[in-house]
Amino acid sequence: MTTQADNTRSGNLAPVARVRVAKRSLRHDLRGVKIVLHRELLRFVYDRTRMISQLVQPVLWLVVMGTGLSALVISGGGGGQVDMRTFMFPGVIAMSVMFTGMFSAASIVWDREFGFLREMLVAPIGRSAIVVGKVLGGALVATSQGIVIVALAGLANVPYNPLMIIELVLLMFVGAFTVTAFGVVLAARIKQMQSFFGIMQMAMMPMMFLSGALFPLSALPTWLSFLTRINPLTYAVDPLRQVVFRHLDVPPALLARFNPGVTWFGWQVPIGMEIVLVAVLGAGLLAVGIWEFRRTD
Amino acid sequence: MTSDGARAPAVAATGLAKCYGAIEAVKGIDFEVRPGEVFGFLGPNGAGKTTTISMLCTLVKPTGGGATVAGHDVLTDSDEVRRNIGLVFQDPTVDAYLTAEQNLRFHGELYGLDKAVMKDRITQVLEMVDLADRRGGKVETFSGGMKRRLEIARGLLHSPRVLFLDEPTVGLDPQTRAAIWGYINQLRETEDITIFLTTHYMEEAENCDRIAIIDHGEIVVLDTPEALKASVGKDRVQIATGDDEAAIVALQSTFGIEAGMHEGAVTFAVPSGEEFVPKLFAGLRVPIRSVHVARPSLDDVFLSYTGSTIRDAEAGAMDWARQMMRR
Ligand SMILES: Nc1ncnc2c1ncn2[C@@H]1O[C@H](COP(=O)(O)OP(=O)(O)OP(=O)(O)O)[C@@H](O)[C@H]1O
Ligand SMILES: [Mg+2]
Repeated sequence: MTTQADNTRSGNLAPVARVRVAKRSLRHDLRGVKIVLHRELLRFVYDRTRMISQLVQPVLWLVVMGTGLSALVISGGGGGQVDMRTFMFPGVIAMSVMFTGMFSAASIVWDREFGFLREMLVAPIGRSAIVVGKVLGGALVATSQGIVIVALAGLANVPYNPLMIIELVLLMFVGAFTVTAFGVVLAARIKQMQSFFGIMQMAMMPMMFLSGALFPLSALPTWLSFLTRINPLTYAVDPLRQVVFRHLDVPPALLARFNPGVTWFGWQVPIGMEIVLVAVLGAGLLAVGIWEFRRTD
Repeated sequence: MTSDGARAPAVAATGLAKCYGAIEAVKGIDFEVRPGEVFGFLGPNGAGKTTTISMLCTLVKPTGGGATVAGHDVLTDSDEVRRNIGLVFQDPTVDAYLTAEQNLRFHGELYGLDKAVMKDRITQVLEMVDLADRRGGKVETFSGGMKRRLEIARGLLHSPRVLFLDEPTVGLDPQTRAAIWGYINQLRETEDITIFLTTHYMEEAENCDRIAIIDHGEIVVLDTPEALKASVGKDRVQIATGDDEAAIVALQSTFGIEAGMHEGAVTFAVPSGEEFVPKLFAGLRVPIRSVHVARPSLDDVFLSYTGSTIRDAEAGAMDWARQMMRR
C-alpha cells in the first residue's frame, strides 16, 4: 500500500533532503546481515585488548600446561614421541574459538541496553537478519582468533602444512558458528552481563573438560566416556585433532592412544558425520535464537 | 497513502495499555497527533513516557488497545511503521568506537538508503546539528551534548515522517538544550515531519504545539500550552510591600485571598491579575512598592491537574525507587 508517495512529500524540502527507505525484502534483509557482520568485525579490530587477552589463556595451556604434562607423560614410560603440546594443540584451538565466539555473543546483552542492537530493533530489517549477522560475525571473529593459534603451530611441533591449515580453518568456522549460536541463544534471555558470564563459565568449563581438548578420550571409565560422548564440543574437537594427526608421523600404537577418535558402542564415528552433527546443531541453535528474538517483541 | 494519508493523524492511539506483571505502566490512553505538529508528552519519572514511545515504535507489544503511526498499525504492520519513523532513545545508543560518519553510514544502510543520495544526506544532517567538522572523529571523543546531536542527526537521516525523541535534552547544558530546540524548530519549517517528544522540563513543553500531561500511566489533560494555562484560570500576582505580614493579613480580610511568601514576595493567585491590580491599590492599606503579574505557567497547570508539582512527583518517584533498591 505504501508507495513512493510516502517519501515524496510536498513542502519545501532542501534539494538533497529527500531519501527513500527501502522496502522490506530478502535483499534488504541480506544487507542487514552484512551490516551486522561488518560491525562485529569492526568492533573486534577496534578492541585489541580483547584480542590479546583472549590469546593469553590458550597460549598458557599450550606452552605451560603442555610442556609440563609432556615431561610427566614421557617420564611415565609412555616411550612415545607424541609431545603433549602437539596433542593439546587442536584442543587449545577449540578452546580459543569457543571463548571468542561466546564473547561475541555476550555483546548482545550489552548492546540490547546500550547500543546498536536497540537501534537495529527499530530499523526495518528482520529479527532473523540481526541474529544471522551476529552469529556469522561472531563465527568469523572466532575463526580469526583461531587462526592466530594455528599460527603458533611451531610451538607445538606441528608442521605448517597448507592443506592442514585450510582444513583447520574450515573446521574452526563450523565450530565457531555453533558456539556463537549457542551464546546468542543464552544471551537472548539474559538481561545482565554478570549473569551471562556466570552462566557461560558454568556451561563452558564442564564442556571443555569433557571434550577431549585436554586429555585423550581413550581408555576412560564408562561414566566419563558417556559424558564425553554426549558433549557436543567433543565432536568439534575430534575432527581438528584428526586433521592435525593426519599430517604427523606417529606410530600406530601411539596414534590409537592419542588420537582415538570418537566411538559409539565400539563404532568409530566418521569425521564427516561429526562435522554434520556440529553443523546441524548450529543450525538448530540459530533457529532457536531467531525464534527467541522474534518473541521478545 | 496519498493526499488522504497526509491528513490522517500522524499518530493515533486508542486504549493503548501496557502492563509489566502487576505494574500498569500505561493505563489505556487515547490521543491523536496531527501531521506536522510538535507534540509533547510531559510527565514525571516513571509516568510511562518511554513505554508509550516503545509501543508506538514497535519495540514493545501493547497488552491492550492499539495505535497507528504514519497510518500503519503498530501491531499488524510493524515493518511499515519502522520504515516511517525515526527514534532517538532516552539513553545514548551511538557506537563509541566508530566515527560520527560511520555511525550514520551504518544507519543509512540499515534503512537501505540509496548510496548516491546518502552521502549528501549525511552531510546535510551533520551540518544541521553542527557536527560537520567532526564527521571523521571517533564518537568516544564526543561530549554528551555532541553524542545527543549525533543521535538526532541519525534519527533524521532516513527522512522519517514521524520523529520520536525520548527526553532529547535531559542532562544537557542550557546552550545545547537551546540548540536542540533550534533544530526542532528548524525541522518544523524545512521538513514535512511530525515530532513526538517526551520531556519533564516545563519550559520545554511550552515549545510544543500541543502537550499531553501524563501521570501514573494516564493522560491527565491534552491541549495547547496556551489553552492549558488559560484553563487554570488564575494569574500569579507577586507584590513587594512595606510590611509583608500585614499585607497577607489584609489580603485575607479585605479580599478573602490566601497569600503566601514565595521568592521573597507576597504571592497569590487571582482570576485576572491585571484587573485586580487597581482594586489592590484601592483596597490594601499597606504600602505597595512593586507589582508583578504573571500568566499561569505549565507548573501551575501541572499542579492544578495532578495535585502536585512535577518536582514533587519526581521526588516521590525517587523515594520509591530508593525504597525498591533497599529491598
Ligand atoms: N521492562 C520493564 N519491566 C518492568 N517494569 C517496567 C519496564 N519498563 C518500564 N517499567 C515500569 O513502567 C513504568 C513506566 O516506565 P517508563 O520508563 O515508561 O517511564 P518514563 O515516563 O519514561 O520515566 P522517565 O522519565 O524516568 O524516563 C515505571 O513504573 C517502570 O518501573
Ligand atoms: Mg523514559
